[in-house]
Amino acid sequence: MNNYETVFILTPVLSEDQVKDAVKGYTKVLTDNGAKIVNEENWGLKKLAYQIGHKSTGFYCLIEFEAEGTAIAKLETEYKRDERIMRFMTISLDKHAVAYNEKRRKGAFKKTKKTEEVPA
Amino acid sequence: MTLQNEPINRQDIKPKYCRFKKNGIKYIDYKDPDFLMKFVNEQGKILPRRLTGTSIKFQKKVAQAIKRARHMAILPYTGDSLK
Repeated sequence: MNNYETVFILTPVLSEDQVKDAVKGYTKVLTDNGAKIVNEENWGLKKLAYQIGHKSTGFYCLIEFEAEGTAIAKLETEYKRDERIMRFMTISLDKHAVAYNEKRRKGAFKKTKKTEEVPA
Repeated sequence: MTLQNEPINRQDIKPKYCRFKKNGIKYIDYKDPDFLMKFVNEQGKILPRRLTGTSIKFQKKVAQAIKRARHMAILPYTGDSLK
């Protein structure tokens, strides 16, 4: 069971509840393939750094999960099939990344940029 | 008028250190644009090691994180006056 993290951007034309059921759909796809969802985040409507498909904003959603390697291919075909998704990325996490995400969830980086960040 | 980089006078550059080794940062998050902005110049290009002084191990992690951020439209591929 490896740790993965997937981020995807939904088109801004969706309404709030459409975004929710899209996220629910993907969590269901993951749990069907035997994944354990660790964390889910919804960053809401954010401005993109550049235009994607002539759109300059998008709904960012992040899902962190533990799964077998085979589940990723299924997840990605779901992404490709769904036209509401503008862009997606799934990456595997090593132990440092998992520790970082743990700290991030505890709000270690809310106020200060990065607690161990020294202004160089 | 060709683009001129302003000249860098070598004297007042203090000895460089790898901030990741010094601060014990182990993972560079591609989702954090403000931190990644420190490694990108005004046009959005990745700063070379000779300027930032990072070790090669972490320069690769920084480059990978920046490329991932660019893919997810968190950082622009080319921008002007990013700072």
